[in-house]
Amino acid sequence: MKRGTAPNWLTIYAVAYMVFLYAPVVLLPLFAFNDATIIAFPLSGFTTEWFKVLWSTDALHSAVGNSAVVAFVTALVSTFLGACAARASSRYSFPAQKGITGFIMLPLVLPEIIVAVSLIVMLMQLGLSLSLLTVVAGHVLICTPFSIAILSSAFAGLDQSLEEASFDLGESRWGTFRRVTLPLVMPGVISSLLICFTISLDEFIIAFFLTGTDATLPVYIWSQLRFPTKLPSVMALGTILLALSVGLLLLAEWFRRRAVRRQGLDASSSEGLL
Amino acid sequence: MARGLSREDKQGLTLIGLPFGYALIMLAAPLAMVVTFSFWTQNYLDIDRTLTLENYRAVFSQPIYQTLLWRSLRISLIVTVVTVVLAFPIAYYLSFHVKKNKALWLFLITVPFWTSYLLRVFLWKVILGYNGVLNTALLKAGIIEEPLTFILYNANAVVLTLAHAWAPFAILPIFVALEKIDRSLLEAAEDLGDGPFRRFWRVTFPLAIPGVVAATLIVLIPTVGDFITPKLVGGTDGLMVANMIQIQFGKANNAPLGAALAVTSMVVVAIISVGIYLVGRKIGGRVAR
Repeated sequence: MKRGTAPNWLTIYAVAYMVFLYAPVVLLPLFAFNDATIIAFPLSGFTTEWFKVLWSTDALHSAVGNSAVVAFVTALVSTFLGACAARASSRYSFPAQKGITGFIMLPLVLPEIIVAVSLIVMLMQLGLSLSLLTVVAGHVLICTPFSIAILSSAFAGLDQSLEEASFDLGESRWGTFRRVTLPLVMPGVISSLLICFTISLDEFIIAFFLTGTDATLPVYIWSQLRFPTKLPSVMALGTILLALSVGLLLLAEWFRRRAVRRQGLDASSSEGLL
Repeated sequence: MARGLSREDKQGLTLIGLPFGYALIMLAAPLAMVVTFSFWTQNYLDIDRTLTLENYRAVFSQPIYQTLLWRSLRISLIVTVVTVVLAFPIAYYLSFHVKKNKALWLFLITVPFWTSYLLRVFLWKVILGYNGVLNTALLKAGIIEEPLTFILYNANAVVLTLAHAWAPFAILPIFVALEKIDRSLLEAAEDLGDGPFRRFWRVTFPLAIPGVVAATLIVLIPTVGDFITPKLVGGTDGLMVANMIQIQFGKANNAPLGAALAVTSMVVVAIISVGIYLVGRKIGGRVAR
């Protein structure tokens, strides 16, 4: 490619854009360790006080517990459903394939408030009460499409001849799945579990409409944003969450790459080794 | 293939059955119910199940709902244009100028998106406020004498915050579309005498249209339904239709009216989305194979 002035302008723009993207995120740890009760510059000093406050807030602990349960169950169920769908659309062809898959992926483009409102209307009509279970139901709906997106590539990269070889060597259907298919797509499965867990952990709108008395973490944070005195500890909480999310993401990415590598080397499939 | 379902078909259908069944029960049924619900009425705690257009009459005649619907639509469209226009050069930079570490750049772009959405919106309030980060910095630097007030608690703040929140969703589809462009086409354009400017508008941009359309829809559709951002940084002039839906389901205790508002905004957004999709198909470039 030719060297001109254009790339330089673009580089400056790219850097400015990254500053814009990171501006709010950078403030989070700054104010979390800031020794002042108001969230404003100039910073006054270093403290870990706000993290200690978190340690002794019971409402927060139960919210974290609720969120962990919801996110864990959501991750398991969505990844299971996602695996079914990804396997079905990569290995088999069946009538109305596009329509069915498209419908399952629909929550990806629906505003969350529509999902939340329609679920709450149905629950009201059925006379069911709201609980953490209803939050899980909503979260599975929006997480499954992400799981399908991740697992589709894992299943698509799977060399079918390996499964056929396993059948020929006398393995049963279940034995083949457990000993051949599952190990090959496992990194994709773990990556999907982590992504779904992270999405559910951060989801607010559906949780806000569908929780009963047990608040999840974002619902708890929302309730705290009204009280100015609580803000520094909310910043501390946000900092911990950010570190956690980034950690989970890095882990998910590492597993995804391992999946690609493993299939590329062990199965020597046509793609992957590029 | 023979008539009827083959074994392959059946195995595939059994596997897809579970997720599809889940989507039918948890999505199709509730959506159908919301539509029905919007034709009912509510008196305090009792739901009157006679079908009536009363809610829709209210939605289309009362000025407050009209104002909110138009404002939501206007803000969402502005957000979408701003987000996509700002995102395009980044996607272009990533695709054409970053040679190494593309994955790292993509990762860096998505990291802020994984911070709690609530906190990100709240932090914009911290940045834009009267005593906020931006005003303090500008005052210190002597650029302004009075704190700026037009940047928080209005539609501008909503646009800025949403443009930030949806940035990765706009960058990624455009990036994917740009990556797919066959680089030899660009060389061909150059060999045939096109300068960089003409080459971009005649080859690169038309071929990137599918990505731009995807980005537009991915940003436009959910922003119409957001109620956190308007509530935290929008002030009273920045409230949107989703805030009203939430109020109707909560304090106002008129869920059927809320449902009617939700259905109306969904239908309007769907029509606009189809329009954008069709226009994109029309003006987008195609490579003959």
